[in-house]
Parts: sequence; structure tokens; C-alpha cells
Amino acid sequence: MSYVQSIPPHDIEAHLAEHDNKSILRFITCGSVDDGKSTLIGRLLYDAKLIFEDQLANLGRVGPPGTANGKEIDLALLLDGLEAEREQGITIDVAYRYFATSKRKFIVADTPGHEEYTRNMVTGASTADLAIILIDSRQGILQQTRRHSYIASLLGIRHVVLAVNKIDLVDFNQQVFDEVVADYMAFAKELGFASIRPIPISARYGDNVISASVNTPWYRGLALLEYLETVELDPPVREKPLRFPVQLVMRPDADFRGYAGQVASGRVSVGDPVVVAKSGQRTTVNAIVTYDGNLVTAGEGEAVTLVLADEVDASRGNMLVPPAARPFVADQFQAHVIWFDANPMFPGRSYILRTETDSVSAAVTTLKHQVNINSFAREAAKSLQMNEVGVCNISTQTPIAFDAYKDNRATGNFIIVDRVTNATVGAGMIDFPLRRADNVHWHALEVNKGARSAMKNQRPAVLWFTGLSGSGKSTVANALDRILHARGKHTYLLDGDNVRHGLNRDLGFTEEDRVENIRRVAEVAKLMADAGLIVLVSFISPFRDERRMARELMEEGEFIEIFIDTPLEECARRDPKGLYEKALAGKIANFTGVSSPYEVPENAELHLQTVGHEPIDLALKIEEFLDKRMGDE
Amino acid sequence: MSLPHLRRLEAEAIHVIREVAATFSNPVVLYSIGKDSSVLLHLAMKAFYPAKPPFPFLHVDTKWKFRDMIEFRDRMAHELGFNLLVHVNQDGIDQGIGPFTHGSNVHTHVMKTMALRQALEKYGFDAALAGARRDEEKSRAKERIFSIRSAQHGWDPKRQRPEMWKTYNTRVGQGETMRVFPLSNWTEFDIWQYILRENIPIVPLYFAARRPVVQRDGMLIMVDDDRMPIQPEEEVLERLVRFRTLGCYPLTGAIESEAATVPDILREMLTVRTSERQSRLIDTDEVGAMEKKKREGYF
Repeated sequence: MSYVQSIPPHDIEAHLAEHDNKSILRFITCGSVDDGKSTLIGRLLYDAKLIFEDQLANLGRVGPPGTANGKEIDLALLLDGLEAEREQGITIDVAYRYFATSKRKFIVADTPGHEEYTRNMVTGASTADLAIILIDSRQGILQQTRRHSYIASLLGIRHVVLAVNKIDLVDFNQQVFDEVVADYMAFAKELGFASIRPIPISARYGDNVISASVNTPWYRGLALLEYLETVELDPPVREKPLRFPVQLVMRPDADFRGYAGQVASGRVSVGDPVVVAKSGQRTTVNAIVTYDGNLVTAGEGEAVTLVLADEVDASRGNMLVPPAARPFVADQFQAHVIWFDANPMFPGRSYILRTETDSVSAAVTTLKHQVNINSFAREAAKSLQMNEVGVCNISTQTPIAFDAYKDNRATGNFIIVDRVTNATVGAGMIDFPLRRADNVHWHALEVNKGARSAMKNQRPAVLWFTGLSGSGKSTVANALDRILHARGKHTYLLDGDNVRHGLNRDLGFTEEDRVENIRRVAEVAKLMADAGLIVLVSFISPFRDERRMARELMEEGEFIEIFIDTPLEECARRDPKGLYEKALAGKIANFTGVSSPYEVPENAELHLQTVGHEPIDLALKIEEFLDKRMGDE
Repeated sequence: MSLPHLRRLEAEAIHVIREVAATFSNPVVLYSIGKDSSVLLHLAMKAFYPAKPPFPFLHVDTKWKFRDMIEFRDRMAHELGFNLLVHVNQDGIDQGIGPFTHGSNVHTHVMKTMALRQALEKYGFDAALAGARRDEEKSRAKERIFSIRSAQHGWDPKRQRPEMWKTYNTRVGQGETMRVFPLSNWTEFDIWQYILRENIPIVPLYFAARRPVVQRDGMLIMVDDDRMPIQPEEEVLERLVRFRTLGCYPLTGAIESEAATVPDILREMLTVRTSERQSRLIDTDEVGAMEKKKREGYF
């Protein structure tokens, strides 16, 4: 882009310094299709003499026939850079433009009006300070006007310019303007904007775009560009507390360990005490390292590397914060979610939740309500369809550090990523943590069973499936394994197949070997439980003594015996591996139920009869048992 | 409260570069030797200080670059000690593809687009950082900072991922790759201002000097070596010229200029009335040319 305002060319250094210190305004244009968003930006750039000659010349070459009438230039074509956009005459994706005047620098995102491309509008809105909402004077407020105003407010935009466009087409009539403004003010009351500035304009002819128009003598306010140059954004309120999301741990050699990141808010100085948000470990900032030399202090937006006084565990996704002003650390919170994907969002489905530097498994546990964009009413919903907004309770597999979005846009946002397609399917703005986890800060823990299972958000367990060969132990255990896995639980299934082939390869089927087989499996299950896992053990384990031995290895309440009860005749009838046939023919020695006893459990936690029940229903029964047990904790 | 403009752009770019290092297993920087690449290289050196950038720099050489560019490239790699990879499409060389014999479209497709695909596949890179800016061209103005490419290296503008805040979706599927543009929000003016402030070395072709040129298709083409056929009606003139962008010499137009220093260039820009891509032949072959090339995997 050019900077053509008459600058004395000899004083280039002074000019550059002035340029560098100009404030920057990021804004979006939004509104319904054909309200003239792209045309307005084209007009702003054109009238401010910020369009290059070859770009103007190119306009003559593009555009479908009939759009460029005579000598008049179709300004929208400056912005609609994609072929499909030029063909269809609409804006599909957000386009960024950069320009500067003598007073300010601007980044403008021209966002699409079609509901179908809401995701692209949200893309532009997420980083904007101000929204120009265009309204066609002849049409008044349309659904997209409401929708875009709502999304702008949801994403934290606090200032709005209400550009009542095509005022030329209503003969510059003040009454029309006043009515549109009154309608908008009435509807926008609930959106909580800090300011709304109405301006009558004609993007096509330039009225009130960069200077006051003679056609609207009744309008005494500033022209659009004048307003954008001077609008006061939020006065610098009390500085926010330090938030330093750790992006990358730098370890070029054994002597240097630095935490690289961009200061999301607040300020950090050498000597400041800081706390690792997720662990509560305290330390002090020893140095702020940059390529251009060490700094004494670094503020919001600076990309630096911090060296800390102590060896703490602060990997990517964690946050360094002041001890007295910590963020929330929680695995459950409420958020406003906007959905982008053609596949709807269903509660319970597992997604990847990504904050600026953290990435965790997450699911919506409750969709509390959906927001009707027209009436802002709360409506009950079972799913969120594309372009819908809902208020959800979200549960993450491990706690994340965050602030409320209204307090901090950088640390209060997240995106939702589909596990299979990797598409960005939703965006969220966190309202508050659930379970009032806000005042409970984690204390530094040693890494033990409790810490490991807490990180997995689960209580370790050993689910011991016992029953005759062919009773359905593995079928039920497999079904349960899948259910738990889908819920983000960390599980492992031990059964004859994966143990007999490796660890117990040396064991046969004599009585001693069978006892040793169970002992080893129980010990392995114990180690896995100690690692925080939910272990599913599927073994015939016919003898009460061995089962008791396994139970006694585990912590109180951790061993859950599940008797898969199927009559011998039924097992022999199913005979999935053809073993009963061989055993009954005397070809297999020591076969449980045929030539070796099965001692029925007396105190099993769960006694499940398979005849007349689907394996999945039995698995769900176990899951219910586990949930209850988790709740009893 | 907020950072001055250039420092803000610098911090944003460093954040993006680090994000790539943190989330991809085998990233690369596409190093084209031009001013934007020089800025990107400088930012990468800053991003990982005191460590070196943890990825290599790839130059796709069409064998038609200005000689000064190649010399500069090798000198920078030597001085800064970064890992430089050079890839040439040998098939194209074997077929004798060149801009004079095959035209700019075929040449660019084979020696640049195809060559880039070959290199990405050969090394198995999953992310490629490049210095493209949104203010260069209209279809670039629409591209994300993290821009996904299909396994066929295509860009599908209709399937771009939404990109909110600084929360980037860095996940790619099997065979897919990510193109990442840390300088997305920089303008040409910002680039020059930053080069001045940081004293970043650039190829001397950016500065005005007397050079042999011919007038062709409304552009001044420099005679960089004897592979350039001179038509009977053409005349080789010594003119005081410089380049606003650098690429293959037969496809890159010079501008007449007296700007011999970076401040001179900035002063010149304050009065210039054409965009920098006007000096590139590849954009003007057909309307929408850049979007087409990008869909095919060109940067």
C-alpha cells in the first residue's frame, strides 16, 4: 500500500518514526449481502488515494460483463479476490486490507454477508476492535444485520459504526435514516456495545465516506474516515495481570533453559515472582532474553524468552502468572460456542480443544441452550447445527488454564477441532469454570498414583472379568473398553491373547502354571493401576484363591470383580473357538467346566447374566457402576 | 500500552514461526532470496535465540534466477550458518524447459510449482514457512496464516479453515501439508522500514545501478546472461534501474530509479503509484492467474 499524503521526502527518518508510533485500528465491515461492504472499503481506499494505478487498470479486465457500467469503477472488485467471488459477485472469504492515513493505521477485514460463510465473518471479527455494520437504507434491518451484530458482540467487539448505506437511493432522506437508526438502537440494546455511531453514507458515490457530503446537510457528524481516525477505543483501564502462555521450551544446550512465548497480557519484569498456573510451583524471573539483548521488562504483545530461577515443570500449554492474580485452572467450564461444521455438534462426542498453546481432548457434557439470533431467546436444543450459537458445559480430559473471555480475549478463547478431519469445527468463548474450581489452586505434587490419575481425570480401577471359556468375558470387556475410550478414559485390556503370547509364553495349562499365569497378570494390572489406568482383565481365572490374591494386591475399592455368568451348556453351544468340542472329546486336558472345576464367585461386585442380554447393555451397566463409584468419591 | 507498529508485526511473526517449530515434526522455510525471505530469515534467527532455527531453508532453483541472487544466497548460508537445501527439477532441465523457449506459464509451472512439490515430497516436510504477504495480491489477501494444502498440494479457497485470534489449528492429516505465512499482515512499506531498522542484508539488485536492459512487452528486462535472445528490433541499453521484486530474470521487470539506499527506496515508495507485482509477468498472463497457481501448489 502507498502512503501518499504529502510527506516532505527529505525528512524520511522522522516520517518513519511518526509512522511507527501511530495507533492501529482493526475493524471489520459486515452486514447483509449487497449492503455494499466491499464497495465501501473500495471507496475508502480509492478516495484516500490508496489504490495503485495497475490495480485500477486491472479492474477493467475483470468482472462479469455489465457490472462495470461505463466509466464508473466497480469498487467491490478491488476486494473480491477469488475467482468464485468475481463470478458470483459476492464475497466468500474475509479479505484483509492495510492502509494508513496521517492519523492512524488500519487493518480492515472485509467479511462475507452470506450466512453460509459465517465462519469467515467470525475469523475477521475475532481480532477486530470495531465493526462497521452496513444497512441498505431501502431494506432496513435484515436477519444478517442482527446475526452479524450478535456475533460481533459475542466476539468482544465493543464499538460499532452503523453505516446507513445507499442513502442516495432514498433521496438523502433524513426520515429514512432516523427510522433505520431507531430500529437498530432498539434491537442492539441487549448487545452491550460501548458505542454505536450512525452515519448516512453512499459507498458508491462517496457521500460522508471521507468528508462531509453536501447532500446530507441534516447530518452534522463526522464522515466515516474522520470518525475511524479519531474514535477512542476503550480507555486504558487498569492493566490486566500477567498472562504468559508457554509456547515452546528452548533448550539449545545443558546450560540454557528458556520459556518462549508472547506476553498475552500484563507485564513481566526481571525479579518478578511467578507461578506455574497448572502446578502452582513458584519461582522468579531471572532474565528476559531476546536476540536484541536481555530486557528488564516486557509488556503485552512482546515475544520473548523467560529464564526462571528454579527448574520448574512448565511445558507448552502451561502459563506463567503472578502468584496473586492467577487464572482459572479447571477441567470443566461453561462457554459460548459457535459451530462452523456441516456435521452438527452433539454432546458427548469427543473433540480436540485448542487454546493458544494448549491442546486437550474435550467433550460438551451439556448443551444448556441455543441462542436464537433473531430474538436472542434461549431455546432448548439437542445439537448445534452449522452457524448456530449455544451455551455449553465443556469437560476437558486434563485441566487447562484460562480466564473468562470478557476479561481476556487471548486467554479466554478456544477452537474445537474434529479428530478425524482435523477441521476447525467450532470456536468458543469461556464464561466461567464449573464446580467453582476458581478458588482451588493446585499445589505442587510429587508424581504419584494420585497425580497420574488426576491428570487423566479418572479413578484407577482393575475390572476383573471372570467366567467360563466362551461366556462372553472378552466380548463385554471389549465393548466396555470402546465406550470408556470414546469418553476419553485411559484404559488397557489384558486378556489371554496379549498376555499368553508374550509375558506368559513359558506357561502351560497345569494347575501351577494357571496360578502363576494369574499372579503375573494381577501384578501387571497393579502396575497399570498405579500408572492411573483403568485396567480390564479378561481371564477365566477359575479359582477363588487366585482372584482373592489379585484383589489383595490392589488398593481398597480398586478391584472390581465382574462375574460373566453363562451356563456351561450355553458356552458349549456357542463354542467360539471350537474348544468345547475338543475338550468333550477328551482332546484337551484340564479344561475348565469340563475336566477342571470353575469356582463361582461369591462376592463379585457385579454379577452379569449374558443369556437374554446384549453385550453392549452389559457393558453399559458396568459403565454405570463406574460412574457411580466415581461420584461416591 | 500497545507496541509500536513494527515491533507488533515482528512479535506476531515470531509467535507464528515458533508455533510451527512447536507443532510440526518436519518443517522447512521456503527461502526465495528476495527481500521478504530475507526478513523471514532474520525473524527466524530471532525467534529461537540463543538457539539456531530448528529447521532447514529450502531454495527451489529454476536455474533462471539472477546471478546476484545465487551468490547472495550462498554467502548468507555461509555467514549465518543455516542449513540450506537447494532443489532443482531435473526433469525440467532434461526437457530444456526455460522461459524463453516455453513461455512464463510452462516455465513457472515446471520449474517452480512442480519443483516445489518434488522437494516437499522428497524431504517429507509437513509444514513450509514462506514470506508471502496479503497486500501483494488480491487472492493472497484472502489466505490464512496457517493454510492447509491437500496431499496433491492444492489450495482450496472454499475449504479454508476459520482462523480466530492467535489460536491456530496446526493439525494436518496424512499426506496433507501446511503453508505458513508469518508476514501475512506486513505491507511492502513495512518490509522496507524493517530492513532499514534492522539493517538486514538484501540482494544488491534492489538498489539502483546501471544495468543492461531491453524494453520488452512494456517491461525493462535485464540481460543477466547470454541465454537471453535479443530480437533484431531490440536494443540493449545501459539504464539506471533497480528491482522491486526478484524472481527469474527473464520474467522480472526493472524500474527506472535512482534509489541506491534503503531510505531512498522508502522515499521513492511514498510517491509510487503502482503495486510491486506489476513487475511480475506471471500475474498478468491471465486474470486470476495467482489464484490458479496457488490452487496448483505455487506459493
